[in-house]
Amino acid sequence: MNLAFEAEGLVKRFGKTTALAGIDLAAGQGTVLGVLGPNGAGKTTAVRILATLLRPDAGRAAVRGVDVVKDAGRVRRMIGLTGQYASVDEDLTGMENLVLIGMLLDLCRVDAKARAAELLKEFGLAEAGSRPAKTYSGGMRRRLDLAASLVGRPDVIYLDEPTTGLDPAKRDDVWNIIRSLVTDGVTVLLTTQYLEEADALADDISVIDHGKVIAHGSPAELKQVVGGQTILVRPTDPARLADATAILAAVSGREPESPARGVIAVPVDDDTAFTTVVGRLDREGIGVTELSLRLPSLDEVFFTLTGRHTVEETAA
Amino acid sequence: MTLTVTRPTTTVPENPRPFGFVRHSLALARRSLIKTLRTPEQLLDVTLQPVIFVVVYVFLLGGAISGSTHDYLQLLLPAIMVQTVMFGGMATGVNLNTDIGKGVFDRFRSLPIARSAPLVGSVLGDLIRYVVAIVSLLGFGYAIGFRIQTDPLSALAACLLTILFAFSVSWAFVFIGMLMRQPGGVQGVAFLVLFPLTFGTSMVAPKESMPGWLQAWVNVNPVSHVMDAARGLMLGGPVAGPVGWTLLWSAAFIVVFAPLAVRAYRLRV
Ligand SMILES: Nc1ncnc2c1ncn2[C@@H]1O[C@H](COP(=O)(O)OP(=O)(O)O)[C@@H](O)[C@H]1O
Ligand SMILES: [Mg+2]
Repeated sequence: MNLAFEAEGLVKRFGKTTALAGIDLAAGQGTVLGVLGPNGAGKTTAVRILATLLRPDAGRAAVRGVDVVKDAGRVRRMIGLTGQYASVDEDLTGMENLVLIGMLLDLCRVDAKARAAELLKEFGLAEAGSRPAKTYSGGMRRRLDLAASLVGRPDVIYLDEPTTGLDPAKRDDVWNIIRSLVTDGVTVLLTTQYLEEADALADDISVIDHGKVIAHGSPAELKQVVGGQTILVRPTDPARLADATAILAAVSGREPESPARGVIAVPVDDDTAFTTVVGRLDREGIGVTELSLRLPSLDEVFFTLTGRHTVEETAA
Repeated sequence: MTLTVTRPTTTVPENPRPFGFVRHSLALARRSLIKTLRTPEQLLDVTLQPVIFVVVYVFLLGGAISGSTHDYLQLLLPAIMVQTVMFGGMATGVNLNTDIGKGVFDRFRSLPIARSAPLVGSVLGDLIRYVVAIVSLLGFGYAIGFRIQTDPLSALAACLLTILFAFSVSWAFVFIGMLMRQPGGVQGVAFLVLFPLTFGTSMVAPKESMPGWLQAWVNVNPVSHVMDAARGLMLGGPVAGPVGWTLLWSAAFIVVFAPLAVRAYRLRV
């Protein structure tokens, strides 16, 4: 397979903190690599090394075979970066932001303007383009940020937690943008704290913790390890909890857990399990105030993989 | 939202175009300029502050120091101009220190431009501050009786020389800006440097009235030469020596502090 980027044994320390403890990442051209990990796992540090912003203490990384340390200049012509924290200039308008980047990428002013206008239109910012970015909503800012990383039509794009802090509708916008990038043949490195997001967008997922990859595979492979979907039920009448538990146990063949008072949950493998549960609850006349089918949360994934819960670490 | 995939109409050149450094620095200077013009309150320090200084010195102290506020104003104004423009350069360091922690600089770092281009851009863009400072100070000076006693060209030369010197010194502020963690720290250190440099001169009082140790400092202080040059060019008197020294000192500041600033910027993660 032709690798769009690869990192081997990356180590990075900040004083006493080891942010990366020998991490390996790779993605084939035109694929999406999801890097899934809790706060402080080392996602941003890995992205910054691949984007030539930081030098690794050990290990190597390359974009299309070009070393990110030895030949940073060439790498910078091939990549686009949307950092975790907004990297647009608040005082400049959307248009000025994109034109500036075009000029820094050696476009002439006319071309830079044309490219900026094109991107603003694609990202639904045509009208907002003449306003300073500080007047934008969170979702618009994120879109401008994404547009900014696409000015140079990069081969590889790094998106560091692009949907954190967005509401579901805005998140869907960003997901659609990412999907359309892939259709264009761009390779994407996407970091996220949500298994759901990695599942929805990534061809491969690397789960990282404390600067190490602790699991790697396709979303399907990963879900086999961590359990696929989880059914969650909250009976209206707490007295019926036992009956509902019995139904879940019978359908899933597992012992349901109670993640919160009055709620029971159980992982299921079978796609029809949910409808079966709904039918049985109905037949036995058990009303519910909450009934859902969802992928495991990052915390549950971690618990399965490491036997520990994700600890809240100081945000980086 | 619907997304349409558009065919490329523009492509980024595969290889760098020539004169990249100049073009990139100018594009980034434009960015600074736009930012300054869009937040004009940032220009208060270079417009209001010198006016207050002039009022305080001329009307409060001028009579006592020189006997005539009018004569005092003539001597004071060129010197205050130098001081104001130097203080104006401090903002470059403070702003860069604030900016660098934001994501914008990460984006600049990820682009194929020279590492020093964002710094050069900021320093160049902030030249506008010096121009605004000089224009507003001279305007106010004229209103209260300051008169250029040479010719317009010499006066222009005085302004340009002052700007050149402040530009050179601003590299020192950029360097401080790269070293300090907080914008407040930059300001603190910059004040510590600026006070002895600007007040340790004959700006507000004749050198002969000072104690010997202070006179010694005034004699070696590079800013004394700049103020002498500005006075000479605006009021008449010897200029060759002070102008020569000013040019030398300007070159020295750039040669020493520009590379230090760029190095500190590179090392900062
Ligand atoms: N510039 C820095 N200085 C000191 N420690 C840092 C720095 N950047 C990151 N770290 C530390 O490195 C670890 C990994 O951080 P990061 O890569 O930002 O994780 P993530 O993006 O997954 O939340 C954290 O413990 C963080 O505190
Ligand atoms: Mg992060």
